Amino acid sequence: MGSVCEEELVVIDPARRGSKEAFESIVKIYMKNAYFIALGLVGNRDDALELSQEAFILAYRNIKRLKPNRKFFPWFYQILRNVCFSHLRKRRHRQTRSLEEIEEQTPIADVDDSFTPDVVAERNETKDMIWKAIGKLDDKHREVIILRHFQNLSYEQIAQNLFCSRGTVMSRLYHARKKLKELLRTKKGGETNGM
Amino acid sequence: MACDEYKDLMMGYLDNELSAEQQQHLKEHLSACRECAGELEEFKKLKQITENVTLVEPEDRLWQQYWDGIYNRVERSIGWIIFSVAAILLTIYGGFKAIEAIITDPTVGLLLKIAMLALLVGLAILFVSVLRERIFFWSKDRYKDVRR
Repeated sequence: MGSVCEEELVVIDPARRGSKEAFESIVKIYMKNAYFIALGLVGNRDDALELSQEAFILAYRNIKRLKPNRKFFPWFYQILRNVCFSHLRKRRHRQTRSLEEIEEQTPIADVDDSFTPDVVAERNETKDMIWKAIGKLDDKHREVIILRHFQNLSYEQIAQNLFCSRGTVMSRLYHARKKLKELLRTKKGGETNGM
Repeated sequence: MACDEYKDLMMGYLDNELSAEQQQHLKEHLSACRECAGELEEFKKLKQITENVTLVEPEDRLWQQYWDGIYNRVERSIGWIIFSVAAILLTIYGGFKAIEAIITDPTVGLLLKIAMLALLVGLAILFVSVLRERIFFWSKDRYKDVRR
């Protein structure tokens, strides 16, 4: 995301002044990042498309609030994650309610229910298992795994996007990877697939 | 330093994010602690298999239509706002005209006229109350300027 900064500088001020064309250019710079981050956070393609577009709409309406000399993406990322997490909260709430209504003793469905492996390229059993395990992580842990592994962001960039320190990024990554390791172990029934 | 304090450094080592000094510091610990060295090996394997997971790239059509999808939704929402404002204004106007017609109609009984006036006064009080509450809440909202 570092290389697009100069491109962004040219269009960010006109966009802040309300230029639709400038904002369109910003969308075109970041639409793939936004879509894939949303996909990592919510797990399925339709929701990822819908939510990433919704985040851009909110950004378009509020772009005047972006302070001069501040980069677009960390600011936009806050909107995107809020939209995605709010969607996940609503989904969990709906699932809990529908379960209460039918008074069944089934376990509450979680985010991972929508983490279908059909979004994984060149699938195999291990990759499917990892994707499902990522879906079972807490939101904050899944987020840091997505930013590091699927967006290839440096610790500095992750820290900028999450408005936290590098130390927090490292600590969150440690706990996320540890949990991921445990989930994969459980899935394999104690066998660790070389881990 | 206890083992726990090296856990975060392990992540930095794994992702090539440590300074030379930090790397040296961690390596010294790893050479003396088999438990941490073993854990790091497990993390390396996890990282390797996680990095093999890539997500399906959508068709080009999705990217070509991406901005249009956003623009259409913005346009539609503006349309809905204008439509809603107009509908509210027309409803209020129509309501007032209907009430006015009833009140000025000499054939309508006094009780119905009083009821109509009471309805109007009640609505006005409700409106002012809600508006005042909204303004008060907004002015006292500690989070209204929270960075987004």
